[in-house]
Amino acid sequence: MKVLTLNFLTCAVKACKTTNNSFPLHPKDAELVHDEIEINRDLLVNVLPRIDWTALRTTSTELGFPTLPEQPPTAEDLQQDEKMLKELHALLLETQMMEGKLVCGHCGHEYAVREGIANFLLPSHLV
Amino acid sequence: MLPTPDTSHVPYQRVYEPAEDSFLLLDTLSSATETAYLARRFGSSIVAPLILEVGPGSGVVIAFLTANARTIFGTSDILTLGVDVNGFACAATEKTVSRAVVTENNSSSTKRQDEERETGTFLAAVQGDLTSPLRPGTIDMLVFNPPYVPTAELPAAAFAPSSSSTQTTTFRQDSHLLELSYAGGKDGMETTDRLIAALPIILSKRGCAYILLCAQNRPEEVKERVRRWSGGGVGEVWKAETVGTSGKQAGWEKLQIIRIWRETNV
Repeated sequence: MKVLTLNFLTCAVKACKTTNNSFPLHPKDAELVHDEIEINRDLLVNVLPRIDWTALRTTSTELGFPTLPEQPPTAEDLQQDEKMLKELHALLLETQMMEGKLVCGHCGHEYAVREGIANFLLPSHLV
Repeated sequence: MLPTPDTSHVPYQRVYEPAEDSFLLLDTLSSATETAYLARRFGSSIVAPLILEVGPGSGVVIAFLTANARTIFGTSDILTLGVDVNGFACAATEKTVSRAVVTENNSSSTKRQDEERETGTFLAAVQGDLTSPLRPGTIDMLVFNPPYVPTAELPAAAFAPSSSSTQTTTFRQDSHLLELSYAGGKDGMETTDRLIAALPIILSKRGCAYILLCAQNRPEEVKERVRRWSGGGVGEVWKAETVGTSGKQAGWEKLQIIRIWRETNV
């Protein structure tokens, strides 16, 4: 599971969807792997506008990556900022979460991640 | 014709094997009319679309979309994702997609430049119930080949093992996982109805959904129901049309694919 995925996932519990604390989910005991992938500048520039930057900053810090700037770069900035392009590429697309848990900040439910697959199926009392 | 992704590694005793319905999806999504539609909708966008397949099973459809992104969407800057209730299907999907992407990239004789890249970017296969793990309003295109066969009962979702390649399953557990992939309960629509009800929440403003139905699902009624959502938001019009059909009268299982989308006339 690429780290970018975390920007699109939320707690599966219905009551949590409307709360702010259910996003982003918080990685716990995360085991990461780094897969080298050829950098695709256009893709990164086109992904930028659909990223929730505040959530990404949280994810980045929680996974032990360098703290991202408070404001997202503009498309023009990013195109010229080789360092930022490489950092985002490494974090969003090259890093995969293989093991660990994703924890909801609202209900505290922990979703297990095993062999790169997060399990969002809920026990029957939470459905 | 675009190549069909290789699924020879998929354990078919517990993951749905690509069949007529899967291939109808491949044919429809790569047809001249749908590639034109998708390229119009996403091809020149500066925001990379997020494509979700619900219930990818073997992963053959999402692998096809990812590996042939530029031909189908007019851009390779797409993100793809799968959610399946079956953990073994998630593992199978990851493998099918990565193999299809490698095959496609190797098949181009000369090394492609960024702007000629054919393959999209696959993010993950996630185990879950329909769209429940996803943030509202994020999905730009959703594909669903549902459990559409009418059955007396819907199989219980209770048995839901975490995926592990080393985990062993009994014959009964395997049968249950396969049942989840085809058994649709009343009219074959119990699961599909839940997915359709979630569309206005999960789809982005520019979102669309491709859903496969069989004749017993009463596709005309399904489309009518979606069209009646119109007016929910300001100037919002919901559309639903048949965009692909198996054509031949294959007994009771005549298949079609409907496309659902909203147009905002503001």
